Amino acid sequence: MMMYDLIIIGAGPAGITAAIYASRKRMSLLVLSKDIGGQTLWTADIENYTGYNIVTGAQLSDKFREHIKVYGINVSEDEAVQSLVKRDGILTVKTGKDSYGAKAVIVASGKTPKMLDVPGEEEFRNKGVAYCATCDGPLFAGKRVSVVGGGNSALSAAIALSRIAGRVSVINNTMALAGDVILQEALEKAANVTIYNDAIVQGIVGDNFVTGIDVSLPQGQTRIPLEGVFVEIGLTPNSGFAKDIRKNSLGEIEIDCACQTSVSGVFSAGDVTDVPEKQIIIAAGEGAKAALSAFDYIVNHF
Amino acid sequence: MAQRIIVYSTRTCPHCLRLKAFLKDNGIVFEDIDVASDPAKADEMVEKSAQMGVPVVDIDGDIIIGFDKAAISRKLGI
Repeated sequence: MMMYDLIIIGAGPAGITAAIYASRKRMSLLVLSKDIGGQTLWTADIENYTGYNIVTGAQLSDKFREHIKVYGINVSEDEAVQSLVKRDGILTVKTGKDSYGAKAVIVASGKTPKMLDVPGEEEFRNKGVAYCATCDGPLFAGKRVSVVGGGNSALSAAIALSRIAGRVSVINNTMALAGDVILQEALEKAANVTIYNDAIVQGIVGDNFVTGIDVSLPQGQTRIPLEGVFVEIGLTPNSGFAKDIRKNSLGEIEIDCACQTSVSGVFSAGDVTDVPEKQIIIAAGEGAKAALSAFDYIVNHF
Repeated sequence: MAQRIIVYSTRTCPHCLRLKAFLKDNGIVFEDIDVASDPAKADEMVEKSAQMGVPVVDIDGDIIIGFDKAAISRKLGI
């Protein structure tokens, strides 16, 4: 088994920043990730990352990629982590391809969009069911679509889709929308948008492609005929592989102010943790802190 | 023999950008179709791939859905 000082799981803003800091400390390093950029890749315009007035998520991710190239950091992309365990003082990370050992690990695996978990969702994925309005929205020009959710990401998606699609229905499972008022106001101005509150999706139906969505409303069950369903119901932390680490009720990894988790030698940073506020710049800062904490840990323990 | 390669994408999707960068880095020439601005081509993509997600790559009639680096590399010998 290959041994490293540090293994970083994830290459979003937290993982990339941790990798840069660790590399400058001359730690031997392996970064395992599905992609470079993480959720940043899926963000359209970023207007609050210091130093950039405006930058797209794709551009910022390219900058991340360039920055780690300078340090010759080895990122194994498309390598999903299956487990992280500590045995005899050694941390072992197992992926679909191999197992790796490390003195310290930083979990910076971020979050992924939640699924609705209703009949038809899996079957019609990419056949009318979509999770990225920015990406797939243009394919629904003039068509009828639903956005499921009531938070900021749902409202932003609905506003964007109202300019492309023929009709947009927003299906929100609480009594009132939860997103920012400024977004709600923008949505109310769109003539082709209908908002259903206290509405629960029961299933998605279709033949080759989606043809409708079954929704239970306070006044009873209804089927809305449509071509597209955009699921925007929030995110879930990618923490399932870290079984022995303490998490909160949301599945977020609990950390202290030095990014230390409940297992010594395992640090965590970014959106996968219980840190308040999920922001690109906060994730980056937490990644830096986690790398410095991991360095101190190795110096003191090995 | 030169292969005919068509990429169906939107300008806003990150996997589309990565896919096109990957092809360019490997010196592959391709037709770049923006399905957001061309509804007829969007329909063509849906018909060919039987799904509605971008990107889609058509290599001499073989359809690859998404940025499947391994499949594309195999098909193009890169």
